[in-house]
Amino acid sequence: MIEIRSVRKTFGPLEVLKGISLDVNKGELLCLLGASGSGKSTLLQCINGLEPIQGGEIVVDGVSVHDSKTNINTLRRKLGIVFQQYNAFPHLTALENVALAPRVVAKRGRAEARALAQKHLDHVGLGSKAGSLPSRMSGGQQQRLAIARALAMEPSYMLFDEVTSALDPELVGEVLETMRLLKGEGMTMVVVTHDIGFARESADRVAFLHQGEVCEIGTAADLIDNPQKSQTQKFLRRERQVPLAAVERTVA
Amino acid sequence: MQFQFAQQGLTWHDTYFLAEGLLNTIQLAASATAVGTIGGVVLGWVRTVSVTARVATTPIVDILRSVPMIIQLILANSFLSIMGFSTSPFIFGTVALGAWMSAVTAEVVRAGLLSVPSHYRKSARSLGMNRLQELVHISFPLAFRTALAPWINLVLSLIKDSALAGVIGYVEYMRATQTLITRTHETWILLLGAGLLYFIICYPVSKYSRRLERKIAV
Amino acid sequence: MNGYHFYWSMVWPSLPLMLAGAWVTIQLTFLAFIIGTLIALPMAVARQEGEGWAYRFATAWVELARNTPAVFQLFVFYFGFGALHINIPSYTAVLISVSFNNAGYMTEIFRGGLSAIPRQQLSAARSLGMNSLQGFLHVIFPQMFKVIFLAYITQGIWGMLNTSLGMLVGLQDLTGATQYAQSVSFRTFEFFIVAAGMYYLIAKGLQFSALVAFRLMYRS
Repeated sequence: MIEIRSVRKTFGPLEVLKGISLDVNKGELLCLLGASGSGKSTLLQCINGLEPIQGGEIVVDGVSVHDSKTNINTLRRKLGIVFQQYNAFPHLTALENVALAPRVVAKRGRAEARALAQKHLDHVGLGSKAGSLPSRMSGGQQQRLAIARALAMEPSYMLFDEVTSALDPELVGEVLETMRLLKGEGMTMVVVTHDIGFARESADRVAFLHQGEVCEIGTAADLIDNPQKSQTQKFLRRERQVPLAAVERTVA
Repeated sequence: MQFQFAQQGLTWHDTYFLAEGLLNTIQLAASATAVGTIGGVVLGWVRTVSVTARVATTPIVDILRSVPMIIQLILANSFLSIMGFSTSPFIFGTVALGAWMSAVTAEVVRAGLLSVPSHYRKSARSLGMNRLQELVHISFPLAFRTALAPWINLVLSLIKDSALAGVIGYVEYMRATQTLITRTHETWILLLGAGLLYFIICYPVSKYSRRLERKIAV
Repeated sequence: MNGYHFYWSMVWPSLPLMLAGAWVTIQLTFLAFIIGTLIALPMAVARQEGEGWAYRFATAWVELARNTPAVFQLFVFYFGFGALHINIPSYTAVLISVSFNNAGYMTEIFRGGLSAIPRQQLSAARSLGMNSLQGFLHVIFPQMFKVIFLAYITQGIWGMLNTSLGMLVGLQDLTGATQYAQSVSFRTFEFFIVAAGMYYLIAKGLQFSALVAFRLMYRS
């Protein structure tokens, strides 16, 4: 379980997280929604210690992330993370990308790591691309490669930071498919996304972040169909309007 | 047997003299490049690690780039002699050229490391790699691809600067040429030979490095 | 240290001589900088053409300047022309060779800047009634200088470093004067450390003036 307790984070004079508290239960898919600047990506990067915090605590399976006595490298093996872009290491093939950490961090043998890597690539549907460089793969394939790479370390939790936001629309589907596959297998996932549709149909719970705080949180159906707070309502109306307005403009 | 001390023309023996000079040029360039590259990689990495390190080392980098190489060679010569470390012009030359090479390589290495998108490093650390593993497997391989062409440029500059080592008594090619010019007055042939030599080394390498840069880019 | 004492006091009497040398260095640096620039501007334009006699001439100049040592270039002008019984004084030889070297490097620097400026800029200038020369002077070059300013000034500093080669042909620039001054007492280290410091100060002064000039020219 991931426990986020009253976390505060500042970037210089700017306070990005103003005392956020949140729990992530085992096996659930929690979506984080919010406008740009609401702190969702920052929060994600605090969970695995990539960003330091100035107040509060984050505890993963009983271990405090930002405690100086914590071995962060060991802890990170429990948390897989996939970013929006610049994921796949460009100088390694897909297979080498996935096999690297098992070999170097988990100290597996070369052959064992490669077999493991192939298995995970097959799992996300990239088995045939094992020998390809990321530059020869589509954006969607690169994101799936990043997912496979994170999974190869057998994490307990997967963190997704707007992984489809930079993709062309037709490539988004294959990545979401992979994420649904993971959910079906029982992975605990925290997903930062702009995709309300995905949140509604795949998330167990959804949290709406506004200006560094949790404005509203509830089941996916409750929050998205029946938002209580005015900021949530405004946000959902805006997010849903944009695609519709774009379609209207192109038709006109 | 003719005794003719003044105005001796070029003899075949002189080609050996020039060949020795060429060998000395190569030796000096190789050793200074080795010293300077290793020093530059370390210094460049240190300068990316912390602002304090960068501020502390900036003066020395700045000085090495603002003082003529002739003076750096002379200073290496006199300082090392005084300290009793050595009397070999080869060592003096290696120290002076190596120090310069370290300073300029450090900047190239630093630029290369900074050009690696931070997300790659974050991904590596998130997979559980420690700082050293991330450096070895991700940062340095990617930085290398950016830094290679500029570094090759620096090596060529070093080869050209090695032509100054004659001032501290190291008989590299240019000094050998100069000696022969003074003795034989066959100025144009000797100068042409010198120009051709450096040109033949530098021109193809600089053209190739541009192609190389494109080939290894990711 | 094996009982070596640093006699800094020996340097002071020679300071006027060294300062006179520094003045020669500064003169040569500025002159070679300006001459190099004036030659490099048309050569950069010629290089952009990609073909023709001007292009080939400029390319030959650039490749020669950048692939041979500066000391070689100096020797060509000093010893080479001397062998043809054209005796060039060392000052002039240093000026010509450093200008030659500057021109070669600056041409490539300018070319980099020119390629960043869209071709339409020149057409736009000409459609306003300017001829090509005015177009370049008033529209293209000002933009180009803004883009490549740092590399341009750095080359100027390298030109300053190259003037020190004058020592090898008997010029009393800062290096030559220092060499002469220390030859009496053989306090090589002390004298040349002071010379190094003076070069550093000159370089810093040049960089500072360049920064001021840049601010003045590109105030908007």
